[in-house]
Amino acid sequence: MIKKLIFVLVVSMGVSSCKKEETTKNTLQKTIKVTSVKSYTYNELKPLLEKNDGTTYIINFWATWCGPCVKELPYFEKINKEYKNVEVILVSLDFPKQVEKKLIPFINKKKLQSQVIHLDDINEDVWIKAIDSTWSGAIPATLIYNTKNRKFYEKSFDYKTLENELKTFLKP
Amino acid sequence: MKKIQTILLLTVIAMTTVAFTIKTEKGYKIGDVIEDFSLKNIDNKMVSLSDYQEVKGFVIIFTCNTCPYSVANEDRIIALQEKYKSKGFPVIAINPNDPSVSAGDSFEKMKIRASEKEFNFPYLFDEGQTVYPKFGATKTPHVYIVTRNDMKVQYIGAIDNSSRNPDAVTEKYVENALDALLSGKSIDKKETRAIGCSIKVK
Repeated sequence: MIKKLIFVLVVSMGVSSCKKEETTKNTLQKTIKVTSVKSYTYNELKPLLEKNDGTTYIINFWATWCGPCVKELPYFEKINKEYKNVEVILVSLDFPKQVEKKLIPFINKKKLQSQVIHLDDINEDVWIKAIDSTWSGAIPATLIYNTKNRKFYEKSFDYKTLENELKTFLKP
Repeated sequence: MKKIQTILLLTVIAMTTVAFTIKTEKGYKIGDVIEDFSLKNIDNKMVSLSDYQEVKGFVIIFTCNTCPYSVANEDRIIALQEKYKSKGFPVIAINPNDPSVSAGDSFEKMKIRASEKEFNFPYLFDEGQTVYPKFGATKTPHVYIVTRNDMKVQYIGAIDNSSRNPDAVTEKYVENALDALLSGKSIDKKETRAIGCSIKVK
């Protein structure tokens, strides 16, 4: 009897937490214009690259002036919208002076829904290696990780390849 | 005993395979001897490293017209040529991008950019993209310092530690490496990394 109760309780908690996440994503649908983007140093960014909370994170390194990066953004947006328990974070490497002029207008024009942050840290030689030992520094580049797995991709994605890679992380 | 031998053998095979794979994938490493090349310069003349008889080495920089990181480094590349050509380390810039993917990196556009910025170094076009894969260049800008007498790679990486903001530079990697080579000392940082644009391929 008690076992059954616990089971029901666990299931309902699971359902409600899923629901909660869905509504959070929905309420995040931005109709209001973005007016600022937070700039991070590598040390501030680091915690976002090593979360351990059951979510699968896709961290995409990009810039508004990078053609192949801009081309693949819709794929990341689609994943972010359609997959529960997956969170996309778009880390912009735009020039610090162009955050106001280029990055913010770009986010509004493309109506980006994924979280966008700006990495402003001159110690590239240190943090590129720290993020992944195989990364030469070319963008686009993407990190996918969760509690069980972690992989770095110094390349462009099409939607199918990105989704297939993601699926290898979501296997139970 | 036999089991241990088998395991050892397998390990050796696996390690060799890994080492071999990495090497073929990534191009030249520090200490590797490079092959000469022959590429067309913006003045329509072919340029090879063997044309340079009286130098101590080369500062080979993969760069292009369209990448903002390359553009942000143009003045720094010009300054390198000004300072180090006379000391025996001329700059040789190579555009590795496929213009059918990146129209702004065509040979004609290279000529225009070079004259606008008054490039004081040869700006070669890696037509057919045969040279950059041998180096293992992945991005622009991407620097390789090579010594002339042994044709060995001495340095791979970034120009300095602040690609996006020239005012914030606190460490000039390429200059430090060249100064070390010129004074017969060993290079402190032989490999560095910086953000750059991926090389454009079809």
